[in-house]
Amino acid sequence: MTSLPKQAPAKRLGLVIDLDTCVGCHACAVSCKEWNTTGYHAPLPDADPYGKDVDGVWLNRVHGYETGAEGNGRTVYFPRSCLHCEEAPCVTVCPTGASYKRTEDGIVLVDEDICIGCKLCSWACPYGAREFDSDGGVMKKCTLCIDRIYNENLEEVDRQPACVNACPAKARHFGDFNDPHSKVSELTAARGGVELLPEMGLKPTNRYLPPRPSAKVGDGASLKDAAAGAGGFLGWIDRALSR
Amino acid sequence: MQPAYSVIFLTTATGAGYGLLALLGVLRAMDRLPDERAFGLLALGLAVALISAGLLASAAHLGRPERAWRAFSQWRSSWLSREGVLAVAGYGPAALFAFAWLVLQRNDGLWPLAGLAAAALSMVTVYSTAMIYRSLAAIPRWHHPLVPWVYLILALATGALWLNAVLAPFVSDPVGHALARAICFAAVAAAWLLKIAYWRAIDGAAGGSSTASATGLAGIAGGAPVRPLDPPHVQDNYLLKEMGFAIARKHAAKLRRLTHLMAFLVPLVLVLVQTVSAGPVSLLAAALAAVSVSFGVVVERWLFFAEAQHKVMLYYGADSI
Repeated sequence: MTSLPKQAPAKRLGLVIDLDTCVGCHACAVSCKEWNTTGYHAPLPDADPYGKDVDGVWLNRVHGYETGAEGNGRTVYFPRSCLHCEEAPCVTVCPTGASYKRTEDGIVLVDEDICIGCKLCSWACPYGAREFDSDGGVMKKCTLCIDRIYNENLEEVDRQPACVNACPAKARHFGDFNDPHSKVSELTAARGGVELLPEMGLKPTNRYLPPRPSAKVGDGASLKDAAAGAGGFLGWIDRALSR
Repeated sequence: MQPAYSVIFLTTATGAGYGLLALLGVLRAMDRLPDERAFGLLALGLAVALISAGLLASAAHLGRPERAWRAFSQWRSSWLSREGVLAVAGYGPAALFAFAWLVLQRNDGLWPLAGLAAAALSMVTVYSTAMIYRSLAAIPRWHHPLVPWVYLILALATGALWLNAVLAPFVSDPVGHALARAICFAAVAAAWLLKIAYWRAIDGAAGGSSTASATGLAGIAGGAPVRPLDPPHVQDNYLLKEMGFAIARKHAAKLRRLTHLMAFLVPLVLVLVQTVSAGPVSLLAAALAAVSVSFGVVVERWLFFAEAQHKVMLYYGADSI
């Protein structure tokens, strides 16, 4: 059923991604690929993986951006994956019921046994969260590692998405946004977590923590003309060099 | 957006077919068409062939065409599903309409209702096709209130010109079927005006989103642009191939001129030629007008895809969409 759940899901599972600590190592993307290509779904395809025209399905992509004014530029690494929107347009456009949002935890999934591969859901998503599997003829997307987070065969510490487990910078956090005391809720509140493309009103679940403000270039010590009578080591150097 | 040939064929062929079927249904109900079986067979056959070929082509772009039947289930939320349901439902009244005309040769009592029902379902189907695009907020140039109107009026215009072409050999008097030509004129002129209004609207529209709002970096950007630095992958992925198609402004301008010419100007002139000429010249003008509008509408539909920008490109270097 591709109508969105009428009642708000009991849980709102999702990710918090800390753009301050992400180092852009792609470990989340690689471990996502590894888990989801060997998990219970059909593999994530790779066309010509060792050739000239590499083209494969990845559910997580790590972009790098630069921004800021001159002298105060920033480089930010930005992992991009499904945000499990409350008003998911990828769900309502689906003609078959393959694309759906779970009522129990809000996870957006594709039933690969029903998907006809019309690609309309990927057109509807402004975040580019869905990639088409041309081998299987069906759409692929982040499952929030649903086959890990509820998997009792795994140690409890491992029952979180592969990308969260893999992150060496601890920039990714998984939890329930409906619980105000969960780590994801507390981090979002403390760090001013933002939603992406808020103007579209899709109410994405995942939140991104903006980079903390950095020190400005020139804020540190410098050897300019010291004020007359300045003390300390730099004052002495200034006096010595000014002779 | 990458222009998908199967979808371009689907929307233009079904548009012409449904436009033709709708006009046949209404005009026969008004008793303004020749009653001959040969004309009915040719006109209805053409309409049903265009519709069916278009619908079959739409299956060609599916990853799993054998599961296409599942698309009839989600009409409560999905315009694509509604299009499928309405397209199949439309065959019912169309079959009754054809039966009354071609087999029974009747157009009295309740029989005209079959044609009118086929006409109504045709227009609603074209509308739902357009709404598939209109409903996608991620593609602002499709998410525009004029889009369904352009689809509807272009379907009527192409349908009218094909009706006019098929009708021409069956109308012997030199003035011919003035009503069909009047409909052609009105529909093509209205479509032209609407398309111009649509192009003006999308050309002037400011982008609603930026890379800063797409990445949540507006705070640290402090008004400075957010520029891509390290790409996430070194070769085009599905997103870039499907959504990253871009057309140079000069090519788009040329193709728009071609649309003005083939979809609108040439058909209008040829219908005029048809009106003032007789015999083979008149027949040829009517046929060429139909061919010209069909070609023009294919170019128009190709541009509809090629000029549409998808918001995901904000992550890949577009600054405002």
